[in-house]
Amino acid sequence: MATDIFKKRRIHMVLFFAVFTGLYVFFSQQLNFNSATAFTQIPSGFAWLGANFWPNYTTTAPEFLLNIIRVLLRTVIIAVASTTTASAFALIAAVFGSNKTGIHWTIKYIVRIIAMVFRNIPLIAWALILLFSFRQNEFTGFLALFFGTFGYLTRSFTEIIDESGDGVIEALKSTGATYFQIVFQGVFPMISSQLVSWVLFMIESNIRESALVGMLTGTGIGQMFNFFFSGFRYPMAGMVLLFIIITVIGLEMLSNKIRRLLL
Amino acid sequence: MNQAITLKGTSQVAIRVQTNKSGKIKVRKLDKSRMWTRVLIYSLIAITVYAFVTMNFGTMTLEVALPTFFANLQRIFLQPRLSHRVEWAALIDQLTITLGLAVLGTLIGAVVSFFFALLAARNLSHPKVSQTVRAIMSFIRAIPAILWVLIFALAMGLGSEAAVVGIVFQGIAFLTKAYSETIEEIDHGVIEALKASGATWWQIVFQAVLPSCLTALISWSFLRLETNFGHAVAVGAAAGAGGIGFQLMLSGNMQMDMHEVGVIVYLLLGVSVVFELVSMKLREKLLVKS
Amino acid sequence: MLQLQQVSKTYDNGKTALQDISFKVSKGDFVSIIGPSGAGKSTLLRTINQMIPVSDGQILFHEDDVTRANRKKLRTVRRRMGMIFQHYNLVTRMTAVENVLHGRLGYKSTISGVMGRYTEEEKKKAFELLGQVGLEEFVYTRCDQLSGGQKQRVGIARALMQEPELILCDEPIASLDPKSSKVVMDYLKSIAKDMGITCLVNLHQVDVAMDYSDRIIGVSGGKVLFDGPPSELTPEILSEIYKSEDLLV
Repeated sequence: MATDIFKKRRIHMVLFFAVFTGLYVFFSQQLNFNSATAFTQIPSGFAWLGANFWPNYTTTAPEFLLNIIRVLLRTVIIAVASTTTASAFALIAAVFGSNKTGIHWTIKYIVRIIAMVFRNIPLIAWALILLFSFRQNEFTGFLALFFGTFGYLTRSFTEIIDESGDGVIEALKSTGATYFQIVFQGVFPMISSQLVSWVLFMIESNIRESALVGMLTGTGIGQMFNFFFSGFRYPMAGMVLLFIIITVIGLEMLSNKIRRLLL
Repeated sequence: MNQAITLKGTSQVAIRVQTNKSGKIKVRKLDKSRMWTRVLIYSLIAITVYAFVTMNFGTMTLEVALPTFFANLQRIFLQPRLSHRVEWAALIDQLTITLGLAVLGTLIGAVVSFFFALLAARNLSHPKVSQTVRAIMSFIRAIPAILWVLIFALAMGLGSEAAVVGIVFQGIAFLTKAYSETIEEIDHGVIEALKASGATWWQIVFQAVLPSCLTALISWSFLRLETNFGHAVAVGAAAGAGGIGFQLMLSGNMQMDMHEVGVIVYLLLGVSVVFELVSMKLREKLLVKS
Repeated sequence: MLQLQQVSKTYDNGKTALQDISFKVSKGDFVSIIGPSGAGKSTLLRTINQMIPVSDGQILFHEDDVTRANRKKLRTVRRRMGMIFQHYNLVTRMTAVENVLHGRLGYKSTISGVMGRYTEEEKKKAFELLGQVGLEEFVYTRCDQLSGGQKQRVGIARALMQEPELILCDEPIASLDPKSSKVVMDYLKSIAKDMGITCLVNLHQVDVAMDYSDRIIGVSGGKVLFDGPPSELTPEILSEIYKSEDLLV
């Protein structure tokens, strides 16, 4: 028996490495991907980065720094607004889409399919589609982040409700509570800290995604980075990047602190 | 202020009941967790309201934008078709390129992350090493994937290498965190038993750690593949690295052909949904196992 | 007050949980239902307040047939039946007194229930009930900070808050240590004796059932094998009830 398990395990491992190598070789050929070049150039990439992106005296002008902060703050605000709005819609969708609190199976499936479509259309595609109708402005950026976030959070919230609602739903139902009483008095209090944790996570992630969205929608920090970057003003682009890093790490630390407070 | 009135229980012990200003009995207690949840939710709502009030709509008016948006959605989702400019074979080639960027980025990312995760896992590594690795990872994670690609494209020249390396970097930060948490969940006894039998560090890694959490690692990597696919599309579009993202830009931004965009969107949707379904199945398998 | 007539339950997957179950319970009775796990005890209890609909048969609560009640009727029936669970099923992030007040939800309009607005009388009653189950010092404690026995007492207070005529207890002491078990069982017994509230208790500890019950119903394989006072429960009948479990062991 014991030898069988080890044998099975060895076969699994061999199979795993075979699939791994196969995929690697196949796609390397398809892409003309030269592994040696890729790995050996990473250090020189960083060297280039250090040489060109290093902020210099032109980038420390107070007006310039204030401008970065202003644009970055604006980006954070839009990302927060987008995530918050999406979470509100996602929570409603999740209540109707969950196995535990869903009303009817048709609604459940409709909710799940809509959420699946929304989260699986890449952000870049959303940005492009929206760009044609809504043009280059903040609102377009807001919407681009909104759709994907809605799809993603609907799935997460549905799973949370499915996992944690059981006993409480039964208990409140047995007291004669109505559907909405059960949802508000039982389900929401049970899942609140997990919900908040996900919302914080999505805010962090959306602020990073803002860089990409901003490049296309011509707003926020993405546009600012792109402006300096494509204008070959690398030290300034480097300064913008530095501020992005500080902001994202700062927010990550802040949301970790909030998560601990909410336990 | 909180007054205290007393009610008599049958057990003769007084119950201290708190009342609020208007003399009503309180039943909630604003503990730390509830208070901060409330503070957070109100702040988020306040920021959202502020954002809407001050939102820059540019030259767009909703009366014009909404009808065109829905018309476009209709063309994309209900009338997808290719124009004479693009052939199916070429489109599939481009999809393969994007898929390749995502897969290579995930494979390389997975290997590199595995070794970083060993260093970051508290049960295998030295606390100081673990902390250093974690700090580096949160730095790497803070830089958006698209910026990694743009930077490496400049430093290494535009090509699949820059795109893959760019995708790998953001992925490493995510996977190292996920992997190290998985490794930390391994039963302590397994590692101890091997240590007691005189196994070396590398023997422990390959005889105990890797086999016992391989499925979990694959599951996380698949989750990352989903994200990396999105990045690979974006890289093609925004950094001009080719692939289906580039075609999306061409069809959309240059040709303004929404029907063609529709075909591409359906292709992307199809691939992502397949990834998601596989990754869901993997997670179910994991749950059954544990 | 409660009468089951030929109740049967077959699940969608074809598994038969209950077969032709009939019995009557009167006011103030303390009735234990015993039987091996998987015998259908839990299903039986849940058909009474229609958490699980029956496939066949009638359940009369006073004069009403519970199995045919519409949504509105069901609500008024459910609020007259308290329920206590093995895993307490409290909203752990709320205070003890808030959980007790949940027992009033069946009487409130949807909107005031959703907002958690209760009258002063209701609140006073909730505090008094917590006093009755000996939790005076824990009224404002969040339920995830209570011990198992304390949680179950909050569960009892929540059930009493409904002003029920009947309390259904699904394995109330299965997750508790012997000392807390005794406290909880003593409370349930006094509820039946002093307040005249009927208790229907699923138990898998036969000795506890013998000590506390006026009457024992033995269930096995979805059928009633015994129905009578504890004194008539002979070792032969017991081994008959638990036969299937012995075979498994």
